[in-house]
Amino acid sequence: MGYLQTLINGIVLGALYACLAVGFSLVWGVLNVINMLHGSLIVFGGYLTFFAWHSYGIHPLLALPAVALLMYAIGYVAQLTMINRVIDQPVLTTLTLTFGLDLILYNFMTVYYTATPRRVTLDLGALDLGGIAVPVDRLFGMVLALALTCMLYLVMRRSRVGRAIVAVRMDSAAAALMGIKVDRIYATTFGIGALMAGATGAIFAMVYPVTTNLSGAYLGKAFVVCVIGGLGSVPGALVGGIVLGIIESFAGQFFGPQHALTVGFVLMLVLLLVKPTGLTGIKGYE
Amino acid sequence: MTRRWLPYVIFAVWVIALASTPFWATNYIVRLAVMIAMFTALTLSWNFIGGFAGYPSFSTAAFFGLGCYAGALAQRAGVPMVAAWLIATVVVSLFAAALGAIILKLKGHYFAIGSIGIVEVVRLVISSWGSLTGGGDGLNVPLLTGGPNAVARIFLVVMLAIMIIAFLVTVYVDRSRLGFGLRCIQQNEDAADMVGVNNTLYKVIAYTLSALFCGPIGAAYASWTGYIDPTDSFSIIMTIKVPVMCLLGGPGTVLGPVVGTAAFMLLEEVFWANFLDYNRAILGAVIVLLIFFLPRGLLAIPYGKLGARLVALLQRPKVAS
Repeated sequence: MGYLQTLINGIVLGALYACLAVGFSLVWGVLNVINMLHGSLIVFGGYLTFFAWHSYGIHPLLALPAVALLMYAIGYVAQLTMINRVIDQPVLTTLTLTFGLDLILYNFMTVYYTATPRRVTLDLGALDLGGIAVPVDRLFGMVLALALTCMLYLVMRRSRVGRAIVAVRMDSAAAALMGIKVDRIYATTFGIGALMAGATGAIFAMVYPVTTNLSGAYLGKAFVVCVIGGLGSVPGALVGGIVLGIIESFAGQFFGPQHALTVGFVLMLVLLLVKPTGLTGIKGYE
Repeated sequence: MTRRWLPYVIFAVWVIALASTPFWATNYIVRLAVMIAMFTALTLSWNFIGGFAGYPSFSTAAFFGLGCYAGALAQRAGVPMVAAWLIATVVVSLFAAALGAIILKLKGHYFAIGSIGIVEVVRLVISSWGSLTGGGDGLNVPLLTGGPNAVARIFLVVMLAIMIIAFLVTVYVDRSRLGFGLRCIQQNEDAADMVGVNNTLYKVIAYTLSALFCGPIGAAYASWTGYIDPTDSFSIIMTIKVPVMCLLGGPGTVLGPVVGTAAFMLLEEVFWANFLDYNRAILGAVIVLLIFFLPRGLLAIPYGKLGARLVALLQRPKVAS
């Protein structure tokens, strides 16, 4: 019974991880940019949600779409004005640039919001399923995270923009010849990455405390999930997230919670060496 | 012929300037000089893998932190200070060589992520191995006697010595087959392989060189400050600062890391002093401006042409208004 509880905890956690990583994975897969900003964007989304709730009493569910759209706009503009200028440079350049932007955002957040942990408290209690306790706010977060991830999947598969993104990912030169404005698609992709980060932040604000100190940890999770699941695919991020959630949950039980992180990172390094395409082995963004 | 010697003359003048700080400057400046020497040596080290071979390595902090802990633990076990530094050097080099043989199979983004992952793993292992390393509480290292001023002077000499050795090794690599091979790898790894460069061996050597000096620097840093903890020793800021310094100067050159570190540290000092709350944002802004406007570093600016244009501008007859 204890194991079942651990498994359920892991799956709930994993769905949140999937939502956290899917935007990062998309940006990496399509733009070939390691977006060091991702963690801070999540925290920023969390802060916006928290202050909408705290100062104006707006329910996080209502705030979520607004926050997500705002983040989309920020991401779109950042890509169009800045990152697009160095998009074809080596990884050192793009990674350093996004890290520089991350430092700026991080600094302003710590100055204006300070690092005090804050959390939206909805007090929904816990659901008891035959001896297995699941906090309702987490369950709610999981459902939202899964819904958002599925929505992104549908957008990628069904919409014109989604197909254009996939086309750019496969061959940007050929996509340009087909009349796709590649730099706009890059901006849209980065915008979607930021949108997912903002939405994740809004969900996390309901479940975890929001503090700038967590931005590095979120970024680390995104790395691990991407490598486990394989780059730039929604199902990959979903598999990677849930696998990581379950592994962390069990590692926490067997070795103690302080080692859960280590296990995740070691797993990432091993997988990088053994199977860089990830568990799902999917290469394209289908 | 004068141009060929210019980098060495500049380096020698800079070493003399740093070494002479105890005679003309305050203790604060001496401390800054120690930090400059330390970061110059770290940047020169990174230059082997990141500059010459063009591999985006972000594992400097792992080597530095491991050096800190190896030195501190050896010293606490009763090993004399200098011997502890040598032990740290050996430990870190072996670690890097073994790791390099595995991780250098990765390329580009995967290598970058892997090297960041290594910093995290080493940090987590060190901080959770409480019985040996004191965990999050950190470790105290026996302090040198003689008061902070005398100690700062000793470590100025030590760090400068490491920096000079790192520079000499850079000069040697720059002129040797190794440097040539690494440049080939940087430009096109497959082509380098085809013309007979032993890619794996060269990359492992470059990666080990990039760690070699981090060992004694970390150990000496631990002896200098007398206290180390995981967050300080394995900071993600350091792991990105070092490549940024190198990019600022000019990666893959002999003098680039020296100039870049000096410029960066002096800039940082000005900003630290005046905008304490915003120093991270300013570091970020420096990075963004660097990437956009100085993609090849300070050394790539055509100073001669700029000077000539300036002279021409000044000599131009003024237009009567």
